[in-house]
Amino acid sequence: MNKIWLVIQREYLSRVQKKSFIIMTILGPILMAALFIVPVYIATVSDEVKVVGIVDESGFFTDAFENSEKLKFKEMHMDIDEAKENYKKIGYNMVLYIPKPAYTYPKKITIYSQSEPGMSVERKIRKSINDDLRTMRLKDAGVGDDVISAMKDGVDLTSIKLGENGSEEKRTGTLNFILGTVLSLAIYFFIFFYGTQVMRGVIEEKTSRIIEVIISSLKPFQLMMGKIIGLSMVGLTQFLLWVIITTSIITGAKFAFSDNLAEIEKYQMQKTGQVIDPSNQVEVNAQYDKTAEILDTVMSIDFKVIIGSFLFYFLFGYLLYGALFAAIGGAVDNDADTQQFILPVTIPLIISIMALQPITNNPDGPVAFWLSIIPLTSPISMMIRIPFGVPWWQLALSMSLLVGGFIFFTWVAGKIYRVGILMYGKKISYKELWKWLRY
Amino acid sequence: MDLLVAENITKTFAKHRALNNVSISVPENSIFGLLGPNGAGKTTLIRIINQITGPDSGKVFLGGEKLQPKHIEYIGYLPEERGLYKKMTVGEQSIYLARLKGLSKSDAKKQLRYWFEKYEIGAWWDKKVEELSKGMQQKIQFIITILHKPKLLIFDEPFSGFDPINTNLLKEEILNLRNEGATVIFSTHNMASVEEICDHIALINKSKKILDGKVSDIQDEYKTSTYEIEYDSNTTQLSEFIPSNFEIVMKEELERGFRAKIKLPSDNHTNELLTALMKNSRIKLFKEIIPSMNEIFIRRVTEN
Repeated sequence: MNKIWLVIQREYLSRVQKKSFIIMTILGPILMAALFIVPVYIATVSDEVKVVGIVDESGFFTDAFENSEKLKFKEMHMDIDEAKENYKKIGYNMVLYIPKPAYTYPKKITIYSQSEPGMSVERKIRKSINDDLRTMRLKDAGVGDDVISAMKDGVDLTSIKLGENGSEEKRTGTLNFILGTVLSLAIYFFIFFYGTQVMRGVIEEKTSRIIEVIISSLKPFQLMMGKIIGLSMVGLTQFLLWVIITTSIITGAKFAFSDNLAEIEKYQMQKTGQVIDPSNQVEVNAQYDKTAEILDTVMSIDFKVIIGSFLFYFLFGYLLYGALFAAIGGAVDNDADTQQFILPVTIPLIISIMALQPITNNPDGPVAFWLSIIPLTSPISMMIRIPFGVPWWQLALSMSLLVGGFIFFTWVAGKIYRVGILMYGKKISYKELWKWLRY
Repeated sequence: MDLLVAENITKTFAKHRALNNVSISVPENSIFGLLGPNGAGKTTLIRIINQITGPDSGKVFLGGEKLQPKHIEYIGYLPEERGLYKKMTVGEQSIYLARLKGLSKSDAKKQLRYWFEKYEIGAWWDKKVEELSKGMQQKIQFIITILHKPKLLIFDEPFSGFDPINTNLLKEEILNLRNEGATVIFSTHNMASVEEICDHIALINKSKKILDGKVSDIQDEYKTSTYEIEYDSNTTQLSEFIPSNFEIVMKEELERGFRAKIKLPSDNHTNELLTALMKNSRIKLFKEIIPSMNEIFIRRVTEN
């Protein structure tokens, strides 16, 4: 036991002191923080307004387009050829051409521009025209204005989770989806990154020929477990540092930008204040409702269960795969030979990532159930499901199978590792590995 | 008393039998040579003694006790396939490996200081292993092996990769350790070094032990009462003045005088030979020919 501790110490210290670790630890949060900060920054800085010149030969759509902050519509009183020639001089970014329809309403419209108009612009134009067309067609069919405006009212869907004892909790699929995806991806990357680190470490000990010196002092299994555990602590350290540094960067940035942010808010308030439009007001209210709803959901999430199970699947998933990667490292002589063994080990990981979409679509379906029960896929698949709520017996079954799988695969890996580390210059086949299991 | 006794060790890998009923006894405070051609099973036997692998059958005793995990600390092992962590500094690495052998951190430091001073290599302490030459690395490996003052030292092909100066240093150190009370097992196919430093040997070939015993006894057993002489003489015919039952194995003329090898019926006839030589020549050299371990080794292995 004492010797495992020595190995853990060495693995941990030798890696934490490496330059690459320090660089990754600093660079990671900066990249992550950039992910949060840059969009905000861009939003405050780039205030580019796009102006669309409209050449409407049909005469139906002159009022169809509502100006927004970033997109303005201006009617061009000229024919299309003239417009194409002159739109830049006037200061427009593009020309929207609505030709005179052959019969009733136009079927085809065109945007002319030098640079890409962008998806959001296209979508906005398409939606405006289609909305107008539908209204016009309905009017033509003799439908009254009151009916038409009534048709625009949508429905607000809320999903309520019913507890065993009849309690009710609000939930939104999106938030659960984001939470599940982020957590399972974290596990996926951790397993992959640190699993291959375990493998590299084993290969290093083999190629530097230090292995025999070491295993004359302790059991190969102790060395393997020490390495796996030591690296898991390196990973946890890095993860923790990332969380701490990222939060402090974001908090710092918030503090630094706080004046800016206040101004932006004020500016936006003024704008919305100017346009006292009842429909707009509804939208604002709806947005407040939405925020309140999200907050509600955040409060309703059982963080104790999520954090607890995240740590559990994070740890045991990694331990299981760490053992498998250690066995691969033991079986081969150099990095180049690892490919044929890495593939089958990573297939379950890739399957569980590919199943992310199906599982979030149907978190209680058979795909979700089986993948979250089988030990090799459960660390990732179960993590996707947990924010949606999982029956306790499934969680218990999955966890105990994972622990069982961990013990089994570590035993198998230990056998392969023990024989493999003293084998040099031999190309190893699966048949050979099978023999080693029975040594 | 024997420090290490291995009884009837057999070990089979898949279809290959590495050791077949091999027994050895290593007397305490001696240097024991484990000899044999490549692939004979020496390394497997050493790994069994180090508890890296277990035998299929047979028993090993260390100091009278059945071999068990606590004995790891009594053994120092320098394997044939040896190396160090390239990216770790010499000091950290030495302390780590010493602690794995059961030394406390402060003891490890104290011992290391002694040896680093003795070899005048203190300047290497903070260097990474990859910055050192191969010979330097070998020195450090040697120090690490003996650091915890093991009762039993096992060196597998220790001289491979050492330059002649370091080889001598190593030999001296091995003899020193023996004189200070350690027992050494020494695996090699370098026969010259065996004669120089080994007290006992065992010869293993094709997974079987084919010869063992004290080096001097084995040489006695294989010697043929043949003597080498060098002399000056006016009469060229040696056969004219020595008894006819003495066989001249070889004779050659040197720049001054002659050299010959003469086989006697038994060792009791040396004085007769000397008397004959004294009468007819000036003796410059008279020496019994002792077969080298190399000759014995080759003879036994090819006979087998």
